Amino acid sequence: MYSLKDVTKTYVQKKRTVTALSKVNLEIPTGQMVAIQGPTGGGKSTLLQMLGALDKPTSGEIVLGTKTVSTLGDSKLADIRATDIGFVFQGFNLIPTLTALENVQTAFARSPLSRDEQKARSMAALESVGLAERADHLPSELSGGQQQRVAISRALVKEPSVLLADEPTGALDEATRDEIMDLLEGVWRDRGLTLVIVTHDSSVARRAERRLHLKGGHVKDA
Amino acid sequence: MFFTYLYRELSNRRKQTAIIATGMALAIALVIIVNSVAGGVKAAQSTVLQSVYGVGTDITISQTETPSSTGGRPTFTFGSGGGTTSGNSTSLSQSSLSAARGTATFADSALAKVEKTTGVKSAAATLSLQLNDFSGTTTQQGTSGTTGGTAQQQAPTGTATGAPTGGQGGGGFGGGSFSFDQTTVSGVSVTADAVGPLTSVSLTKGRTFTSADAGEHVLIVDSSYAKTESLAVGDTKKIGSTTFTVIGIVKSTSSSATTGSDMYMPLDTAQKVADLSGKVSTIYVSAESSSDVSTLKSALEKTLPKVTVSTESDLASSVSGSLSTASSLVSNLGTWLSIIVLAAAFLIAILFTVSGVTRRTREFGTLKAIGWSNGRIVRQVAGESFVQGLIGGVAGVIVGIVGVIVINVIAPTLSGGAATTTAGGAGGGTPPGGAAGGTAGGAEGGTGAGTGATGARFGAQVASTATEVSLHAPIAVSIIVIAVALAVIGGLLAGAIGGWRASRLRPAEALRSVA
Repeated sequence: MYSLKDVTKTYVQKKRTVTALSKVNLEIPTGQMVAIQGPTGGGKSTLLQMLGALDKPTSGEIVLGTKTVSTLGDSKLADIRATDIGFVFQGFNLIPTLTALENVQTAFARSPLSRDEQKARSMAALESVGLAERADHLPSELSGGQQQRVAISRALVKEPSVLLADEPTGALDEATRDEIMDLLEGVWRDRGLTLVIVTHDSSVARRAERRLHLKGGHVKDA
Repeated sequence: MFFTYLYRELSNRRKQTAIIATGMALAIALVIIVNSVAGGVKAAQSTVLQSVYGVGTDITISQTETPSSTGGRPTFTFGSGGGTTSGNSTSLSQSSLSAARGTATFADSALAKVEKTTGVKSAAATLSLQLNDFSGTTTQQGTSGTTGGTAQQQAPTGTATGAPTGGQGGGGFGGGSFSFDQTTVSGVSVTADAVGPLTSVSLTKGRTFTSADAGEHVLIVDSSYAKTESLAVGDTKKIGSTTFTVIGIVKSTSSSATTGSDMYMPLDTAQKVADLSGKVSTIYVSAESSSDVSTLKSALEKTLPKVTVSTESDLASSVSGSLSTASSLVSNLGTWLSIIVLAAAFLIAILFTVSGVTRRTREFGTLKAIGWSNGRIVRQVAGESFVQGLIGGVAGVIVGIVGVIVINVIAPTLSGGAATTTAGGAGGGTPPGGAAGGTAGGAEGGTGAGTGATGARFGAQVASTATEVSLHAPIAVSIIVIAVALAVIGGLLAGAIGGWRASRLRPAEALRSVA
């Protein structure tokens, strides 16, 4: 589970201090599906980066399971991201020069598995999202929905305990959006992982067990 | 994944890879070519020096020439009866043996002092001489008679001037034809075989000197000169008033160079026939240890304060001609061009790599987000640059080797001569004499002197026969290794800087920057 205590994050932009998160206190139990909504600039993405160990708070404490991620060094944070957390981005963020299968394989940053095992698991992950026949295709040869499926495979192949999705359907049409959400919801139910989705889309948010509203750096249950 | 990612990045970013590799290849090729040519020029300089000073000479001792009032020009004086008259024609012929121009002689007692100096392995003295042959025919207008006069040759590049003056009776000067031939002769020790000019020649016919030849009138002749003069072993050659017997024919040990002298004779014989008893022009010294040459030079300078002591490096700087130009070109322009192009190639590689990292901010941010460590990202960026440098290095080696092969196929001929020795002239011409000129005093009464014949032009032609060497640029394995290493270092440097930039990216900021 996640536990955030008095988490504050400030940035200095053009000699001006911007408070993205202000004394956020939040508990997210293991296996919960949470949707975070709010206006642009409200701190949604910043909160997701804190949860994903991509950044450290200016003050306050963030605990993931038994690990206090807010006090860890860069190397330890990279370890947590490599093993415990999966990311899905709005723009898919696939490596353009690698095939779908190779993109999924990049997730094994610190895996003790053999190359063959990594490849087999990556292939299985693509099969689970219905893209086995597209394994050798470059991202540019795939549709937006297919690229997001590859990105989801990359996030899930290392079997993380947390899946963080930043506007996962923001670049997709309605039909594809529903397909992706069905996929994410199915994974969440099947694997029992914690799923946190940042979205502007109320129809996506309505699928979550819990909806949070973030405005002016303050978070509250909607 | 490392190699897959690396291969995909390089093959999908071909333009960048090609630019970096091409820049690196040009630089590496230039480094190889310049180094090979420098090696070739150095070898050519060594060949020139060896042909003049012999193999194994570490130090030479000579004396700077003191300019004389006549400029050291050979003078031929013909008194009355100095020529042979037949009809209206008078034949003139004279030869002289003198110290070679550009050299000065000093007492041969210096050799004993040199041999006693600590660090000297062996030493030999030589006397460099030049043989000047003057011959020709004058034609007299009117009454025939014996012509007397003085001819002075404006050697080595000028034109012989002067004219017979003071004709005794008879008619005026009616023109003439003259030739002037200059040949180099070295008087060498008949026992010295470890150091000296003869160490850089090989015997093709006959025999070389033995101790029994001391004081004898014997000659060893350069093969080219022997061919020109149709000389063979056993033939005789008149030098001055002395007749010498050819005992051997030699050629340079270098296939691309000539010997340093046209003829060699025993030192004591040379001193005698040149009227330079007890004099030598150069002492060749071989040091016991090549590392002690500079120390030995200082010791010799102290022992013989009035002479010039030169080491091999000093002599290399004295090599003149196109070889000197090539050496200067390679050492200055070539080296700096290599450094500039190499620096430019490094800069291009660094700028492109840093630019690539900036362009791939989102990519690296994503990889960090999914757990890639800074070290792994640095290795990936450095690996890509390393391979780009390696491709450039290999391509540069190929281009460089092709360039060196082309140079060796063309094999440009470089000429060089050492300033401290005589570059003797061979040959000589017999251009037509001038038209009759002057007034013939004797034509009116049979008395009086013919005056001031002008227009007779002595066709003396002295060509400097500098040693010619075909440039052969060697390809050293060490240079290839160094060149590839430079390319790899360039790639790694670019990769290290690019990787450092990538590692400094904060994952959150990297992702935010593209949001």
